[in-house]
Amino acid sequence: MAENGIGASVRRKEDNRFLTGKGNYTDDINVVGQTYAYFVRSPYAHANLNSIDTSAASASDGVVAILTGDDLAEDGIGPLICGVNVTSDDGEPHRAPLHPALAQGKVNYVGDHVAVVIAESLAQAKDAAEKVSIDYGVLPAVASTATAAEVNQQQIHDIAPNNMCYNWPFGDKAAVDAVFETAHKISTLDLINNRMVTNPMEPRAAAGEYNSGTEEITLHVTTQNPHVHRLILSAFNQLAPEHKLRVVGPDVGGGFGVKIFVYAEELVVGWACRKLNRPVKWTSDRTEAFLADAHGRDHVATAEMALDDQGKFLAMRVNTTANLGAYLSTFSTMVPSYLYAFLLAGQYTTPLIYSEVKAVFTNTAPVDAARGAGRPEATYLLERLVDVCAEDMGLDPAEIRRRNFIPVEAFPYQTPVVQCYDSGDYPAALEKALQLADYDGFTARAEEAKSRGMLRGIGLSSYVEACGIAPSAAVGQLGAGVGLWESAQVRFNPTGNVQVFTGTHSHGQGHETTFAQLVTEQLGVPIENIEVIHGDTAKTQFGMGTYGSRSLAVGGVAIAKACEKLIEKGKKIAAHALEAAEGDIEFADGDFTVAGTDKAMNIADVAFNAYVPHSYPEGLEPGFDENAFFDPLNFSFPAGTHVCEVEVDPETGEVEIVKYSAVDDFGKLINPMIVEGQVHGGIVHGVGQALLEGCQYDDDGQLITASYMDYAMPRADNVPSFDIDYAPTNPPHNPLGVKGCGEAGAIGAPPAVINAISNALGVKHIDMPATPEAVWRAAQSAA
Amino acid sequence: MYNFSYQKVSSVADAVEAMQKSEDGKFVAGGQTMLPTMKHRLASPSDLIDLAGVGELVGISVDEETVTIGAMTSHAAVAASSEVQDAIPALAKLAGNIGDPAVRNRGTIGGSIANNDPAADYPAAVIALGATVTTNKRDIPGDEFFIGMFETALAEDEVIVSVSFPKAGTAAYMKFENPASRYAIVGVFLVKFIDGVRVGVTGATACAHRGMRLEEALNGSFTADAIDSVELPIEKMNADIHASAEYRAHLVKVMTKRAVEACA
Repeated sequence: MAENGIGASVRRKEDNRFLTGKGNYTDDINVVGQTYAYFVRSPYAHANLNSIDTSAASASDGVVAILTGDDLAEDGIGPLICGVNVTSDDGEPHRAPLHPALAQGKVNYVGDHVAVVIAESLAQAKDAAEKVSIDYGVLPAVASTATAAEVNQQQIHDIAPNNMCYNWPFGDKAAVDAVFETAHKISTLDLINNRMVTNPMEPRAAAGEYNSGTEEITLHVTTQNPHVHRLILSAFNQLAPEHKLRVVGPDVGGGFGVKIFVYAEELVVGWACRKLNRPVKWTSDRTEAFLADAHGRDHVATAEMALDDQGKFLAMRVNTTANLGAYLSTFSTMVPSYLYAFLLAGQYTTPLIYSEVKAVFTNTAPVDAARGAGRPEATYLLERLVDVCAEDMGLDPAEIRRRNFIPVEAFPYQTPVVQCYDSGDYPAALEKALQLADYDGFTARAEEAKSRGMLRGIGLSSYVEACGIAPSAAVGQLGAGVGLWESAQVRFNPTGNVQVFTGTHSHGQGHETTFAQLVTEQLGVPIENIEVIHGDTAKTQFGMGTYGSRSLAVGGVAIAKACEKLIEKGKKIAAHALEAAEGDIEFADGDFTVAGTDKAMNIADVAFNAYVPHSYPEGLEPGFDENAFFDPLNFSFPAGTHVCEVEVDPETGEVEIVKYSAVDDFGKLINPMIVEGQVHGGIVHGVGQALLEGCQYDDDGQLITASYMDYAMPRADNVPSFDIDYAPTNPPHNPLGVKGCGEAGAIGAPPAVINAISNALGVKHIDMPATPEAVWRAAQSAA
Repeated sequence: MYNFSYQKVSSVADAVEAMQKSEDGKFVAGGQTMLPTMKHRLASPSDLIDLAGVGELVGISVDEETVTIGAMTSHAAVAASSEVQDAIPALAKLAGNIGDPAVRNRGTIGGSIANNDPAADYPAAVIALGATVTTNKRDIPGDEFFIGMFETALAEDEVIVSVSFPKAGTAAYMKFENPASRYAIVGVFLVKFIDGVRVGVTGATACAHRGMRLEEALNGSFTADAIDSVELPIEKMNADIHASAEYRAHLVKVMTKRAVEACA
């Protein structure tokens, strides 16, 4: 193993600049002549825009321009798009209402974009925004997921009768129903997957600059996928041709999915900077982030399991209503469909699954992918239902899982819901987790807690997720508008140091370190001589960006493939220089050697030869710079078992997580320290959903959790120190043997926490977030 | 934030004069509520008169009977004061758990009680300990200082100089935190004096108040069990997404019991 190579917990290279204030975020970018954009947003959830009068505002100090939906339409700037088709049960594509970046005739949620004020200073823009006079014809609002599609509901979009985006059945209903008819037992659970506001630390921002000389727009933007941004803005929004549009995602302070999407503000900034021929900057404030960032989750579901008399799962039936908000965000349609229903088998051999997903529109902010995206919803539903099954069958929750696990020898395992799992050893992870959690000692701990008046509970969650997104052909068949391969370029400079260009994007994950470790391992170049470059369409080749725990599993492999090409080429160069046959050249630890001799040439010298090819193999191209693309053959399937132990204070309803153990299978770990950090962050994210975070709209569609005063984010004192271990398996289709780790915690934690609370209280179910009052009430009813 | 004039004064007299001359001025005493409110354009004072430079308002002094805290003394200073920790440990603990470190370093006792947020911590202590609020004009008994939601007995040009807390008694403060804001959903400050019990309750109602029914029960029997039979007026309790009126009333009793146990 190379020093600092695969398996080493190398300290993060990027932290020097992050921790010393030298990061370069979008809001840090300031240019001469810059103006400031401020959006006039709808205070109503649902209203006709009768008129917009900008005359007084236009006369306000410092105003450069006030632009509305009419201006956008006049300039031929296209509406925002949703890039994944889901076919509804009537055979028609999902209903896609027009989503203009600035409202045209109607507003559909609080925070919807009505106009943009561009002024010499932000304060001037805000002052002028208050003077924009808008006549709203207020309409009744649809705010509830459960009732959005009811027959007499207020209609939001003409194109979507009954506020339905799609009704998407999947599976053999008749076969499933037949099993339910004769099953030994049927376990049923109604549950809500609570809506979340994603809340990355850095709010969204965009800074646009137009060069009238080159006719190029440069758009700095908080993005997880700059090339995808450029593609959509060019191909669908007609902002500028791809070769005249540079999108830069500089340092980005957290994404968690929310920065995948192309938002109205970004398009408007890009358009306005050219229209006005002035640089334009917009930075979201936290209130705007609550109102207008895409939200996550928001399902109402019923789940049923048919069991035999041994507790074996025979069939599952799931009915889900998913709230997509007022408009379709960029990838919204696929989240409650392909990313959800295809994970409903979980770790189990359930042979038959039928799922029906009703996706509805409401007068709320658009809902799209958020850390886990569909997989947390599937896992929460399944892992809660499994606990209900255990209770109904009188089995220990660990035992019912054991009886239903996909056995190790069955991999690769074809589930009844499309996915074919790559590798896994679910019993191993479970047993290791139970040991880590001292599951056997729980009864004694519960007794001790009882003597203090406290209720102790323990909960398991055995999850599987689909990462390494994704094989292009598979997602293309499903209706995705893009392929999901990844690219890399590995470039030696003449002096022997290396620049690695990746099409993924790092916004906290530590790619600059992990990817450098891959290269140092493979090429033997010291890690300090390797720089990882990402996030700028003018610097890197086309890439698909970062989401779905794909960067290492897909992007890392592309880097490895580019390195392989360098080694192949290097052998030719070294053979020539060392006067040996190419077939006799071996490469290890940075040196090309002639087999069986001490004749050797370091890869840095090979690079120099390639750029100064005075004595060089005939017919070989100069240069030492290779690129590669990798399209995965399958998703990767990280899995694991998490065990949460809680103590509930029945007097107040407070829940304390006293112990949390996680055993995950991420395949091979490149940087265990970074992986552990991802696991910690993911678990905290999941604990936030389970205990604290609940985005709420009132009946009028007003967001009542629009600040940190009311929206509770998890903090360090909400969680214990975690016990983390691994039960890795080797995914055969992934050349690096890696699976992805960024979302696991957020997927595994919510059911583990709620299972523990239900266990402590002795109740069938409690919805998330399990706030103190909710828990107190449940404790009262159970007592 | 709207435009305003900023004035930093160095004496109470100058502060009062500046306020009298201003059209719609506000004193700023740490600004931990004022500034966020202004940033959201929810307040637009013509003048901000900053008391941070008024040296006479800062400091802690302790004599045989009282702890006197200057109005511009930060929460962090109160929390860290060994004199306060010795004299009224519950008060130091209360100060040390307000907001977060940034709030505790900027926020002041005078600012907190003058603002009178219904969920602020200090008002419960002022009421329960029977503190005296000294202003540039008069002494105001703690019981009479808090009038209603964000409303106090202070006149427009009245400046709090200090707050004096009697040292007598054993005290405890029990706070049930809002999981989001970490303000008190309910906070109960209980003091057991030689001649009786006083209870200050914050978070539960429109404004911090004395828990007379709780006091009555505890004066009969200073036990946690004595609280069980107390009936609190649910209709007066605050209700929001974090806690219903019924739950708040319940929490007042639970926090009181825990304070009793801590004082026992």
